[in-house]
Amino acid sequence: MTTTSAPPAETATVPPSVRRLVARVTGDEKHDPSAHSTLDVVWTLYDQVLRVRPDRPDDPDRDRFLLSKGHGPASTYAVLAAKGFFPEKWLDDVGTWDSPLGHHPDRTLVPGIEIGSGSLGHGLPIAVGLALGLRGRSPARVVVLVGDRELHEGSNAEAIQVAGRFGLGALTCVVVDNHRAGEGWPGGIAARFDVEGWATADVDTRDPGRLAEALLYTEPDRPTAVVVDTTAAALRTRGAAA
Amino acid sequence: MTALATAAPALDLRTRFYEELDPLLDAHPDVDVVLAVIGTGYMSRAIERHPGRVIDVGIREQALIGVAGGLALAGRRPIVHTFASFLVERPYEQVKLDLGHQDVGAVLVSAGASYDVSAGGRTHQAPADVALISALPGWTVHVPGHADEVAEILHREAAGTGRVYVRLSGQRNSRPGPVDGRLHLVRDAGTGAGGTGGPGASGPLVVAVGPMLDTVLEATADLPVRVAWTATPHPLDAEGLRALAGPAPALAVVEPYLEGTSAAAVAAALVDRPSRVLHVGVPGEVELRRYGTPREHAAAHGLDAAGIRRRVTALLG
Repeated sequence: MTTTSAPPAETATVPPSVRRLVARVTGDEKHDPSAHSTLDVVWTLYDQVLRVRPDRPDDPDRDRFLLSKGHGPASTYAVLAAKGFFPEKWLDDVGTWDSPLGHHPDRTLVPGIEIGSGSLGHGLPIAVGLALGLRGRSPARVVVLVGDRELHEGSNAEAIQVAGRFGLGALTCVVVDNHRAGEGWPGGIAARFDVEGWATADVDTRDPGRLAEALLYTEPDRPTAVVVDTTAAALRTRGAAA
Repeated sequence: MTALATAAPALDLRTRFYEELDPLLDAHPDVDVVLAVIGTGYMSRAIERHPGRVIDVGIREQALIGVAGGLALAGRRPIVHTFASFLVERPYEQVKLDLGHQDVGAVLVSAGASYDVSAGGRTHQAPADVALISALPGWTVHVPGHADEVAEILHREAAGTGRVYVRLSGQRNSRPGPVDGRLHLVRDAGTGAGGTGGPGASGPLVVAVGPMLDTVLEATADLPVRVAWTATPHPLDAEGLRALAGPAPALAVVEPYLEGTSAAAVAAALVDRPSRVLHVGVPGEVELRRYGTPREHAAAHGLDAAGIRRRVTALLG
């Protein structure tokens, strides 16, 4: 799982041009692991999974991507810029007075950003409400991204339970597992979702085909959880930075 | 009210809220009701007639507000209900972020005002609810004192898009008042024994909020004061207060929740004139570790007629 000898397949999925956009946010010299750990997922979502159009960011039937883990939004900003939601030059002065892009995103300022986030544990409960509100009224999917340490917040446990009981087939929770949750998750992260009736998949971020497949998978009557192991990618990123 | 024509509408504010949900869901197709168990046993008709639109998330109050925020993002109009402690205090960050920061609206309706659950102890009391909600941007706070006001407020706000807090109490007035957000003069000093002024006089003014009106009227029956009333303490009707207060007011504000909740708004309204202002409410300095009845708690807090009379008399000097 932590081997570094596997081929860097991720570079085949995320174009170098998008990686350069991430670097415009984070600065070339400092690597931001929290941004890079989510890049594979966010790129795959916007490139292959979500039905969203930059010219119609308010389409009521658009799929929703909620970046619950508001820390490290660089990858999301980069992907949205690459897909034409806003000009790439916005990436050059993130966090400044005149920029709509902050270190935590604000949905009211940025086309394509669905929720303001940053405080952990808010995205998944909101995603549950979104999926409930859209159910029977729209074909839209709701995909929310959380981190493994973010799952510490008890609000996530509430939302996992509610989504399972209500059988929200339009809801997908992607857990980016950096294995940074100090005391770990005995039995695995997916088990937390599985016991509440979610369909679950464990994916290695180095396997782009399997990642896309897992993110595209839905069931009509129950939500899906995709646990993405980024450990190897994170190790490589740190190795490259060293 | 035709839907309820066969039975007299409830006088109890909370009961009336539950009664009103079925016609409310009929009249407003974009409304959903979100609950955390509390209240589910009192709205079987609404649950039966509107499948999927009364959403009980269980005893999960963070999810209660988060789900409401998500519903609002989906274009729904959530009406969210539980006891004030668990609606405002426990998920306060969700109220701030999942509604306010997302710039979406909801109607939060609490039961268990201040010391309504007096025998339940501190865990079920939240007299700071209005202060907490008022500290967040963009909220309107309604504190109705009569069941008819509850119905009117609910139907109006269900049709809106804003962030609204409705505080329902066990205490109530004998008659409904206009719930237009304004401050209304209820009694002029001329009608009180010892009153010296006629209409338009600028003697001392007592502002009663929501369900405090009848108690304030009783407390000040023979005092030379005018009495005004509002069911909407936030945002405060500053223009109305300035008009009623006069050039150098002696003013008492009687609120059924944390004392001084409206102090900043009153001070801002009167910044252009000298004033003496007394705030009467639930004291915040000491936790009252007694059970008993709401009436006993009102007396202990000085919020019964005798207590209010004592403090207004002191203001009059």
